[in-house]
Amino acid sequence: MQQEDKALKDRVREIPGLQMEGEDRGILTLSVGPQHPGSGHFRLIIKVDGDIIAEALPDPGYVHRGEEKMCEYRNYIQNIPHLERPMIADSCGILYPYVLAVEELLGIQVPERAKYIRVIMAEINRCIFELYWLAIYGIFLGHSTMFMWPMADRELLIDLAEMASGARVTHAYFVPGGVRNDIPDIFVEKATKHVKYFRSRLKEYESIFYANPLFQARTVNVGVLRREDAINLGATGPVLRASGVEHDIRKAEPYDVYDEMDFKVITMKEGDSYARAYVPWLEMYESVEIILQALEKIPNGPVRIKLGPNPKGGVAEVFKRVEAARGELAYYIVSDGNPKPYRVKLSVPSFRELPVMAHLLKGAKLADMPSIYWSMNYWPVEADR
Amino acid sequence: MATVSEFRFSEFVKSILWLLFWVTLVVSLIVLPIIFIVLFYVPEPIIDGQRINPYLLLTMLTNPQIGAPLIKATMETTFFKVVVLPGFTFAALFATVLIYAERKILAKMQLRVGPYHAGREAFWWANSLGGFLQLIADLLKLLGKEIIVPKGADKPIFLAAPVVLIIASAGLVALIPIAPNWVVADIDVGLLAVFALLGFFPLTALLASYASNSKYPFIGGLRALYQLISYEIPLILSVLGVVILAGTLSLTGIVEAQNPYWFIVLLPIGAVIFFITALAELERIPFDLPEAESEIVAGWLTEYSGMTYGLIQLANYIKMYVLSALFVTLFLGGWSGPQIASSLEIFNVTLITAEEANGMTWFVIKTLGIAILMIIIRGINPRIKIDLLLKTAWGKLIAVAFINVFIAVALLYLGVVTVGA
Repeated sequence: MQQEDKALKDRVREIPGLQMEGEDRGILTLSVGPQHPGSGHFRLIIKVDGDIIAEALPDPGYVHRGEEKMCEYRNYIQNIPHLERPMIADSCGILYPYVLAVEELLGIQVPERAKYIRVIMAEINRCIFELYWLAIYGIFLGHSTMFMWPMADRELLIDLAEMASGARVTHAYFVPGGVRNDIPDIFVEKATKHVKYFRSRLKEYESIFYANPLFQARTVNVGVLRREDAINLGATGPVLRASGVEHDIRKAEPYDVYDEMDFKVITMKEGDSYARAYVPWLEMYESVEIILQALEKIPNGPVRIKLGPNPKGGVAEVFKRVEAARGELAYYIVSDGNPKPYRVKLSVPSFRELPVMAHLLKGAKLADMPSIYWSMNYWPVEADR
Repeated sequence: MATVSEFRFSEFVKSILWLLFWVTLVVSLIVLPIIFIVLFYVPEPIIDGQRINPYLLLTMLTNPQIGAPLIKATMETTFFKVVVLPGFTFAALFATVLIYAERKILAKMQLRVGPYHAGREAFWWANSLGGFLQLIADLLKLLGKEIIVPKGADKPIFLAAPVVLIIASAGLVALIPIAPNWVVADIDVGLLAVFALLGFFPLTALLASYASNSKYPFIGGLRALYQLISYEIPLILSVLGVVILAGTLSLTGIVEAQNPYWFIVLLPIGAVIFFITALAELERIPFDLPEAESEIVAGWLTEYSGMTYGLIQLANYIKMYVLSALFVTLFLGGWSGPQIASSLEIFNVTLITAEEANGMTWFVIKTLGIAILMIIIRGINPRIKIDLLLKTAWGKLIAVAFINVFIAVALLYLGVVTVGA
């Protein structure tokens, strides 16, 4: 009987994710994901000491698609649609630095109107992405209304994006040399109307979500990321700004016409899950401001410079980065003079949040895991590329 | 190859004659003797001083003008009370209305439409009642699903749990008075019985989760137990004030004791605590920890499928009706309210008196109001954390519940109210 027990224990120990390590200390290894309802295509190996997380080891790579290698087999134009795939919720954001880098490589001057359209579309996409993220944050914490409201308001902005590009989510709208097509005549009027309505809707989120004492109880002082840690661990985007670091590529290294726009960089000092949820909400106001300014200033003219069928640059290396909705997104392109790039390297914000997540989960309670995990703005598909 | 037998008229007639023969034989030799024996031995009932013989019964069934006393007599039987009016059918109908109201109200809050198409085109009057047949569609869907018992599950306990929950909720329904004299079981310790029956629910959840032989249900069951520990004491303490003021544990007595003032006026703190803990008892948002779908799939309900799941949901909604009704009974004066309804009469026979009809109307209005408040709270809150629930329940709710008890005692000693009003 005892032998059977021992054999069973040995068998159990062999199951990955169920190992008991140091049985005297009672530390249990749990595996959250890759088939957990909350985690997405991503595994988090957690060692728990009772209710406290002793160690969290992120285990990405379940949805690796080889985007970087794929780039080497296509020319600069053919690369556009598949590069959106890692992050279709923010498809303009992930394409933006690629387009900028290729333009620098080919030495193209983009028409003014195209620059404005790009800024408008990038900001619309930022709002679309952050609403999507906020909706899932809501349902992660069991708030069903907060799932429905952002999803419903997101439709308005998706309609706008569809009006400009013809596609609802994966636009493939930015191309080297400008944008794929001009916006329709009614776009400016409609966009002003929709965006102003959206701004009035944003105020409602405050009362139903951010001011809710139960939401505050789950997020305030949970997973506090100090300023120095945020810098040392390489956090980026809203996570970095929620810890009080005023860093935004749109201000620090302006691209296209962001230097002509008047907007603030939102920062908060707290660095907890609540601040990381609050900063994107405030940033949506700034996005609305940018969209309205750009709609006012938008000049007339061409929107695209036609390139040849197989454009190629010289032997060069270019590096471009933008502020996507989740943070700094950079492309590093090496060209050997062929129509196809020699090497394309993506640096995505989701992957850069992983060390931060591991740092924050250590010492946190198991029940705080959902709010910390989701406040990191981590997207497995983007991180695995 | 199948042979097709030729149709012969003579064979057809023969088969019909054989059928007639056997029917005549069975009826004359077996059925008729039984009927006569029954008629001979069972005494004819007397309704309104009139002996009801079978002939009169048939006449009454076809002619409502004569048959009205029969309806009245049926309504006075215990069977009718248990099965139909204050009993299970009423509660199940109420639960159905609650499910529909929940889906529609939550949809309105969340910028959705909710159920819309089912039944909309079927009836001309249903145009404004979007999709009220959706519930029947859902029921048919659940009935059509296979009941899957997981491998290695403790089958008897696993399958008994939904039935136990339905029985416990039916037992709760029997204790709720909906109008003067309209209660199935008017027992002296009604409130005690309510809490005894309420204790079944988390324990059944734990048993069901243990019997499921699956991880997520087990976590859900343990969470149900944690929740029980946290809310049960404040729930009972919040009711203690009411019992002190009413001087009785009988629910009818408590309603009658709220004659000049409803207890929500005298004990507002107790009412708030009871409402919060009732939400925890119902496992509704913000206290839906045992069923938290983004954390532990569906909690202890994960392995249930088909009608077993349907029965658990029905039991939950009946429990929601019961707890709303209990709140109304304990704090909102039960059935009392200004006279608005008239009596229900058929051919000069009063089926429900004006007073009783008024009681039922007010009871339904108040209970629906409380239930809708619960639905709205579900729409505006996220889920609470388990440690916060325990901390709040033990650290704050119990302390405040004791203050509530002291207020009740003080009211009694200062002579603001007298025991039993």
